[in-house]
Amino acid sequence: MSKAYVAQRILPAKAPPPTAGLGWSAAKIIGIILVAFWALAGLAIFANFAFNTEGDFLARYGPRMLQGLWKTIWITLISIGLGMLLAALLTAMRLSPSRIIQAPAAAFMTFFRGTPLIAQIFLIYYGSGEFTDFFKTAGLWWFFSDAIYCAILAFSLNTAAYQAQIYIGAIRTVSQGQREAGQALGLSRMAITRKIVLPQAAITALRPLGNEIVLMVKGSAIASVITVLDLMGETRLAYSRSFDFQVYLWAAVLYLVIVETLRRVWDVLEERLTRHLKR
Amino acid sequence: MNEALTLLSFGPNGWGDELAEGLWLTIRLALTTLPIGLILGFLIALAKQSDEPWLRRAANIYTTVFRGVPELVTLFVIYYGGQTLLQTVLGYFTNTYIEVSGFAAGVVALSVVFSAFSSEVFLSAFRGIPLGQYEGAQALGLSRFQTMGKIIAPQLVRLALPGLSNLWLILLKDTALVSVIALDDLLRKTSVAVGNTKEPFLFYMAACLIYFVLSLSSSALLTQLDKRANRGLTR
Repeated sequence: MSKAYVAQRILPAKAPPPTAGLGWSAAKIIGIILVAFWALAGLAIFANFAFNTEGDFLARYGPRMLQGLWKTIWITLISIGLGMLLAALLTAMRLSPSRIIQAPAAAFMTFFRGTPLIAQIFLIYYGSGEFTDFFKTAGLWWFFSDAIYCAILAFSLNTAAYQAQIYIGAIRTVSQGQREAGQALGLSRMAITRKIVLPQAAITALRPLGNEIVLMVKGSAIASVITVLDLMGETRLAYSRSFDFQVYLWAAVLYLVIVETLRRVWDVLEERLTRHLKR
Repeated sequence: MNEALTLLSFGPNGWGDELAEGLWLTIRLALTTLPIGLILGFLIALAKQSDEPWLRRAANIYTTVFRGVPELVTLFVIYYGGQTLLQTVLGYFTNTYIEVSGFAAGVVALSVVFSAFSSEVFLSAFRGIPLGQYEGAQALGLSRFQTMGKIIAPQLVRLALPGLSNLWLILLKDTALVSVIALDDLLRKTSVAVGNTKEPFLFYMAACLIYFVLSLSSSALLTQLDKRANRGLTR
């Protein structure tokens, strides 16, 4: 008996597996309807933007919203930067062997990570009003009486707590062996930290840090509740004057563009910085 | 000090009972959002790992949009947009004016955001389940529905729990945003108290501490849940 004969008798040829992607399954129909819904929604926003019937609407609110956008961007950048400095301090404190140094940093971090940003911003902006005399004598009233400074302060403190958590986690992922190898080479503690631990921790921290920046961009919209005219603030102002709800959709699109750009840039950055780790 | 305690006490001179009412609304809001957000997130995760590219595309757009737009903007879009939409649709039938309740708008907005994030958690949990589990279920002759309910879902809970716990803590804090659409949650009640007593620091600090206690107690509870979910694995 030839092998072909056996194969034919014992294993009759099966029908080919159904080709995926052809034919109209329920999933495909639902999928196409949903994608079409998104496409229509996007088109509607774009059409409204391009051919707005009340011609001066865009002229009146467009530039202001762009100004707001600019404000959102720099408030976020400053807060991230200041937060980073404070987070470095918090990280150093948390990693110190002394309990007395650790405790205040830990308390700060749990408080700011455990309460809503919007409550923190109220606490700083309105709460400082209770100590007007004190701040005036201390010569700090110009700072606390300005909503923007208060917003930046609240954001910086908030992001510092989250960033510190990221850095601490990243430093802890660097294995003890790396440190020991540094010691075996006779490097000083400073050199071990700077040349061995931090560069490796930075790579680990990159992705969560990107997420944190995105969260800060989104969180910065909260500044609008204490009258800061950032993108959200300008949007709310435009809405309160025109009652045209579409401005919120434009704001949503603008935020989405910032966040998506940031995400893409961060992906490229990460790709470049970790290219030596790929095989 | 005594004065502060009087202001925070329950009763005619204190704002304790008002704050408690606000806290109750905050908790109700979070607890109503949670199941809706979880179910929606689970369905979106299923769509994302479907074989059908159109379904995947639709789900991916959903998460990109609601993870990228600030929660506050989503809330306003749903609150005002929902109102406009409802008015337009109703306008074809009747002249009655129905107002969208802040609570409903809050639940929808928070659920939508929660589901966008939770779908990612579910998706990575799905990826943590070995293919052999599906094949084993198939070998036992279980239907797709049975496989999901009896084999995959119980393991999924364990894998998704840490991520979902984080999202729950974020949700608790995000509920505070509804105060801007005049919904009487804890933060809004606090602002009312501040308006009446002119004691902003005391009351906002109290509100922060209440949120803090809420976070701490739920994370303690979630740690217990996590231990329970992992009890089959610990030695």
